[in-house]
Amino acid sequence: MCRECGCGRATEHHHAGDEHHPHDHGRPVRRVAVEENLLANNDRLAGEVRHRLDHEGIAAFNLIGSPGSGKTTLLEQTIRSLGTGVAISVLEGDQATDRDAQRIAASGCRVVQINTGAGCHLDASMVDRGLDLLQPPPRSLLFVENVGNLVCPALFDVGERAKVVVMSVTEGEDKPLKYPHVFRAASAMVLTKADLIPHLAVDVGECIANARRINPHLVVFLVAALRGDGLDEWCAWLRLHLS
Amino acid sequence: MKGIVDAALRCAGTAKVVTIRIEVGRLAGVAVEALRFGFAVCTRDTTLDGASLDIVEIAARMRCRACGHEADVDTWCSGCACGSFDRDVVSGQELRIKDLEVLDVS
Repeated sequence: MCRECGCGRATEHHHAGDEHHPHDHGRPVRRVAVEENLLANNDRLAGEVRHRLDHEGIAAFNLIGSPGSGKTTLLEQTIRSLGTGVAISVLEGDQATDRDAQRIAASGCRVVQINTGAGCHLDASMVDRGLDLLQPPPRSLLFVENVGNLVCPALFDVGERAKVVVMSVTEGEDKPLKYPHVFRAASAMVLTKADLIPHLAVDVGECIANARRINPHLVVFLVAALRGDGLDEWCAWLRLHLS
Repeated sequence: MKGIVDAALRCAGTAKVVTIRIEVGRLAGVAVEALRFGFAVCTRDTTLDGASLDIVEIAARMRCRACGHEADVDTWCSGCACGSFDRDVVSGQELRIKDLEVLDVS
């Protein structure tokens, strides 16, 4: 078979430039325009999710960070810090187990665990199904804790108001340069475990500068969630989205 | 990957798909090798088996918001000559099925 056109001739034959492969066997190859984004289905569904959430006054944040960056601890302490005055619900994404959902449930708010199995990110259809189960109340905050991964979740719109990249100071100041997509896609960065800075060689100023080389508009919060440092500023930013 | 297969089959109708042309921007965040591998796996034993994947890389280009200068870039973090890093992407984030070459089956 001709590799270029798929016709049945065993021998090589001429394919000229842009002339749609004129053949000497009488069956012309024709070009069919597609012009379709590869993520079109996901983006369409994410748009529907966003519309649904906006309509109900629900501000959704897609938390993206490496495994162990402190996303769940940040959420636990955020829930505690925001207090009972703000309705909060959480979609937890992990490959396996409902451990994070149990931790969030213990903090006293609604939570649904999504297990992706082999999947390395949440997509709009998973979030859409998760929301059917979660039923977040109107005028509330919704956190989508993505699968621990600094790479793939950056590409998938799940209908959030904003992506937030969560990175611990232990990860090193060069991570924004090494994994730029998520820092470009995010509106805010939470640098966690700030209480460890005295014990590390990390240059936090350089880390923030690197992130802002990718995305000069990135809002940055330096947080030590367990000790409470920086939570007020972070929570104030979250509240802004409720109005 | 399912998006490629679905779109190709839908747009080709009854014709045999010979080539699927995909545009991938250099800042799209997609590994071309992974696309090729996934395509081969996903099309095996389907009507797309044997179709070739033509991947066209699109250069990344940014326009500086500070001075308006436009330049090709290699990475997200290459700054403008004026010193600003505040730039809009002009091209390079494409991840798009451009078109197909099909052969009508009579």
